[in-house]
Amino acid sequence: MDFYLTALLQGLCFSGIALGVYISMKIFNIPDITTDGSYTLGGVVTAISLIHHQPGYIVLPAVIILGAVAGALTGIIHTKLKINALLAGILVMYALRSVNLILMGRPNLPLNSITSLFDIINIFSNPNQNTFCILIVFVIIITLLIGYLLKTDFGIAMRATGNSESMIRSLGVNTDRMKIIGLAIANALTATSGYLITQFQGFADINMGIGIVIVGLGSVIIAEAIINWLKITSVWLSLVLMLTGAIIFQFVLAITLDIGVNPNLLMLVTAVFVLLIVSLPRLSFKKSL
Amino acid sequence: MIDIKQVYKTFNKGKPNQVDAVNGIDIHIGTGEFVVIIGSNGSGKTTLLNLVAGSVTPTAGTVSIDDNDVTDLADYRRSQWIARVFQNPLSGTASDLSILDNFRLAAIRTKPKGLSIGVNDHFKKEVKEKIATLGMGLEKKIEQPMGTLSGGQRQALTLLMSIMDSCQVLLLDEPTAALDPRSADVVMKTADKLIKDFKLTAILITHNLKDAYNYGNRIIQMGEGIILKDIDTAKKASLKQNDLFDWFG
Repeated sequence: MDFYLTALLQGLCFSGIALGVYISMKIFNIPDITTDGSYTLGGVVTAISLIHHQPGYIVLPAVIILGAVAGALTGIIHTKLKINALLAGILVMYALRSVNLILMGRPNLPLNSITSLFDIINIFSNPNQNTFCILIVFVIIITLLIGYLLKTDFGIAMRATGNSESMIRSLGVNTDRMKIIGLAIANALTATSGYLITQFQGFADINMGIGIVIVGLGSVIIAEAIINWLKITSVWLSLVLMLTGAIIFQFVLAITLDIGVNPNLLMLVTAVFVLLIVSLPRLSFKKSL
Repeated sequence: MIDIKQVYKTFNKGKPNQVDAVNGIDIHIGTGEFVVIIGSNGSGKTTLLNLVAGSVTPTAGTVSIDDNDVTDLADYRRSQWIARVFQNPLSGTASDLSILDNFRLAAIRTKPKGLSIGVNDHFKKEVKEKIATLGMGLEKKIEQPMGTLSGGQRQALTLLMSIMDSCQVLLLDEPTAALDPRSADVVMKTADKLIKDFKLTAILITHNLKDAYNYGNRIIQMGEGIILKDIDTAKKASLKQNDLFDWFG
């Protein structure tokens, strides 16, 4: 049972990545690979600040700001230097690896007996239940913030940017600026996932971000399948489904390990699972022809 | 309202595929004028329109709108004067956004897009009333995504969106080219009505010579990036529809 509770908690930790990838991929139509780097950056900054006993009100803003800077860099390279978004993201991600290594000074930083976000309440005897409460509150706050943002005039302009660039420019929006801000928000969200996971697992690692973008993609794709299936147009519901997607994704991984699949095969299983979800709607479409 | 002085535009300058799209054009378009531009493909019509809109910056010459030199002003900054309707109905509206959200953006075209929620009951009522004037029954569908509508409906809504905020110049780039004859007729009549009601300065590009004859109070024929004919209101009155066909003969 605890095994699946852990999957649920991890899913909640990954909600930042799910929302981040939703913003970059679904709203802006930009495949953003910066994710791998900004997630690790979030984790690394968290570990370093906690070890140096920085208070919580400094750690989280620092993580958010640095994540945003990483995203904005990708945005600037993509829009101002007119470099393909995928390549821009890869470049920033690659460079961040050095930044992360230099920040940590070594490839792995454990948080032994250091008070983290998850130690602030102690209602239940099972620490996982305490963690669950904190994560739920955290995720609700981020979702409310992003949901509100997307409902504002600025948010509508954001959503229109990925949809019809010619239209939104003729309506007075600087699309370059919009994309830079969008990628900044997306990577700030991703960095908060690094912040949560590092405190949840108790260490930051230089390799923690490798392939993490697939977690976001998987979550968004699962959510998209449900959105298309139920023809959902509400922004709020879409956001909730992204979070659900992140949790379902972790459950699939947990089940895979639970039924005794070799852990070395996990990434292959993940890739096949994502491929299945992407191709299912197309396969069923073919049958109906 | 619009002054174009000695404007040239060359694409791919110095390369084998160099195109001299606009070759020294001078036009003054007065406030409230409705100019129709005709000309064969590659005559420079769309480039000229894009020079006014700011999607293209001239190689030489100046463009001014309302006595402001806008030659180097980006397109999104010219939105304070200009509203556009594109040839492709998909370009003028955002498919995934609801009709309501599309109208919200249009309503704040000249204003900053801030962090407050502008779509409220009052705004919904205003949009419904505006859309009802089209007589297409779309006022009941304002929560639907724009993508669920037909091309004709989307073009008609794009036109309506242009007058949601203060608008002085309306640029119509072959707005009916992708539409069936009946929708095209509705869109052109709506455009004509809005231009007259709101006293807009308008430029229409069209390949439909019937529309060129029926609408607008000035016709410009372009060819090879220059103005071949410029027929003002007085001369247009004495023009026959067949004369237009003869120009292309």
